[in-house]
Amino acid sequence: MTDMSYSPPRSGNRTVKIALRWTLYIMLGLFALFYLMPLFVMVTTSFKSLDEIRTGDLISLPREVTFEAWRTAWSGACTGIQCEGVRPFFWNSVLIAIPAVLLSTLIGALNGYVVAQWRFRGANLFFALMLFGCFIPFQVVLLPMARMLGLMGLAGTIPGLIFVHVIYGLGFTTLFFRNYYVSIPSELTKAAKVDGAGFFRIFWSIFLPLSLPIIVVTVIWQFTQIWNDFLFGVSFSQAGTQPVTVALNNIVNSTTGVKAYNVDMAAAIIAALPTLFVYVVAGKYFVRGLTAGSVKG
Amino acid sequence: MASILEINNLFKSYGSVEILKDINVAIEQGDFLVLVGPSGCGKSTLLNCIAGLEPITKGTLSIGGQDMTHVSPKDRDIAMVFQSYALYPTMTVAKNITFGMKVRGVDQATQDEKLKHVATQLQIEPLLNRKPGQLSGGQRQRVAMGRALVRDPKLFLFDEPLSNLDAKLRVEMRTEIKALHQRLGASMVYVTHDQIEAMTLATKIVVMKGGVIQQMGTPSEIYNHPANLFVADFMGSPAMNLIPAKTKANGKGVQIEIERSSGAPITLIDTKNKDLPENVILGVRPEDIADATLRGGEGRQEADCLIDIVEPAGADTFAVMQLGGKHVTARLHAETAAVAGKNLNLAFDLGKVSYFAPETGERLN
Repeated sequence: MTDMSYSPPRSGNRTVKIALRWTLYIMLGLFALFYLMPLFVMVTTSFKSLDEIRTGDLISLPREVTFEAWRTAWSGACTGIQCEGVRPFFWNSVLIAIPAVLLSTLIGALNGYVVAQWRFRGANLFFALMLFGCFIPFQVVLLPMARMLGLMGLAGTIPGLIFVHVIYGLGFTTLFFRNYYVSIPSELTKAAKVDGAGFFRIFWSIFLPLSLPIIVVTVIWQFTQIWNDFLFGVSFSQAGTQPVTVALNNIVNSTTGVKAYNVDMAAAIIAALPTLFVYVVAGKYFVRGLTAGSVKG
Repeated sequence: MASILEINNLFKSYGSVEILKDINVAIEQGDFLVLVGPSGCGKSTLLNCIAGLEPITKGTLSIGGQDMTHVSPKDRDIAMVFQSYALYPTMTVAKNITFGMKVRGVDQATQDEKLKHVATQLQIEPLLNRKPGQLSGGQRQRVAMGRALVRDPKLFLFDEPLSNLDAKLRVEMRTEIKALHQRLGASMVYVTHDQIEAMTLATKIVVMKGGVIQQMGTPSEIYNHPANLFVADFMGSPAMNLIPAKTKANGKGVQIEIERSSGAPITLIDTKNKDLPENVILGVRPEDIADATLRGGEGRQEADCLIDIVEPAGADTFAVMQLGGKHVTARLHAETAAVAGKNLNLAFDLGKVSYFAPETGERLN
């Protein structure tokens, strides 16, 4: 509770207070502008023609708005010898990200449920090792994972990439769900056991319906990680299965002669749109979900 | 006759820590067994063992004459009410109550009928479509009871079901549980740390401490003949006065001497008991020390005592004095003449006293 009886020691400092408040707003506004600058340059450049970029100012608005660069980036830009834009790669990313997000979230929920509610011998050690998985630098696992994928016959395929993302997402998804479920009283599980429900019944009927906030957090986290991944994408794919991040790199780096900045910018924005979209739509749930569990409902 | 619940030589340990030691309990159909003790005495663990939620390290357990030592909770024909109520937060009250039946595959018509019956019985019909989060503590408590009642089990288990309620509601629900027990004639096991709950509800009380049963008996046995100092001190409010005293053989019985800082020792003659050791601890309930002018009679021994504190509590007035180096409380009439700092003639009812050995704490008479 805030103390309503509190009054400022002196009544004369009201103007000082307002001045301080405005200084704060101006500072924050400047920071926001600073952070938004690159995005502004990207967006304006993507709507300019190459001629205008060559002659004009970097931060000026386009004299003539053209969508040509966007069209080229989507379906005509060359990534090496192939000139189909980012479109096929964008769909590769969708095909990788959606199953990988769903699978890693579901398995993470099950793991968290077991670690938090069905304590077994060595549960703490198991959880500690899972956490360890969160902090492994991925460069370390590239070679063994390449060998594994080869043995499994999944090398260079989309299922192979899904597999890799699910495995390396589990550390975080398990952590999220475990921390959420650990705050749920164990009496709930006991009551359900007395009622006759089994392991999966309790998970499905009681725990999953409770989990919406943490599912949102996990989905946003995993989607961002997997969609933005470059290292696994470039290491474990081949022509035809590359995700959009790899394609973006190829578009920017494989052009010869004049650099088509407008196309590069448009392609970069296209590649970033899905994660931006997820944040704008579900961002408030993200913050809410991260703090959920720490407060009793 | 087969017992509804029979526990033989039960041990429970977590690793090398023994939580329960050699527990033997048996109750008959219709009994209300209360497990009572301070926190950490193992009473909740014992209840979880009965429910099958905790495996038993050693010993056997049978419910309704069938061995249940290794049977899973759902097949024990029990229902349980938890301290936190443990209602399923995302389900409505109706779904909470019928969840068990749904899991067991009971048909919809029977489910509806039983739900209706239980809802009427507990007066929770208007709440059936609400979620647990929209209910008050007392209402949640009722729903948790409903979930247990609908099962119609051989044995009801209650794990401190009233400790989350405020004082007034707790007394109301206590009466209601007692009425429910009388109406259903069901067998119940009830865990609490509140000795008043234990006294009012039980037909049989088990007092526990440190994983060991201290005494088992009817409320009156536990109250009037506590088996040791722990039980004597734990049961009853205000607690039994435990006064160090010396005894001497006397022609008619035993002469008891209680030291006091002010004046000569108090001397009382107990004609009922003999053969007591020299040093004893005398246990007297506060209500067995009365105003000598208001109540007299046989078995009573009078003594003039200096009253230190007078605490009026409405129906009674408590007078506190210093005897044998201990605070001693007497439960007096509301209109007593006791005044702090003045002497009062008090009558000790020696027909009801307990004697304990100071070394072992065991009862002597």
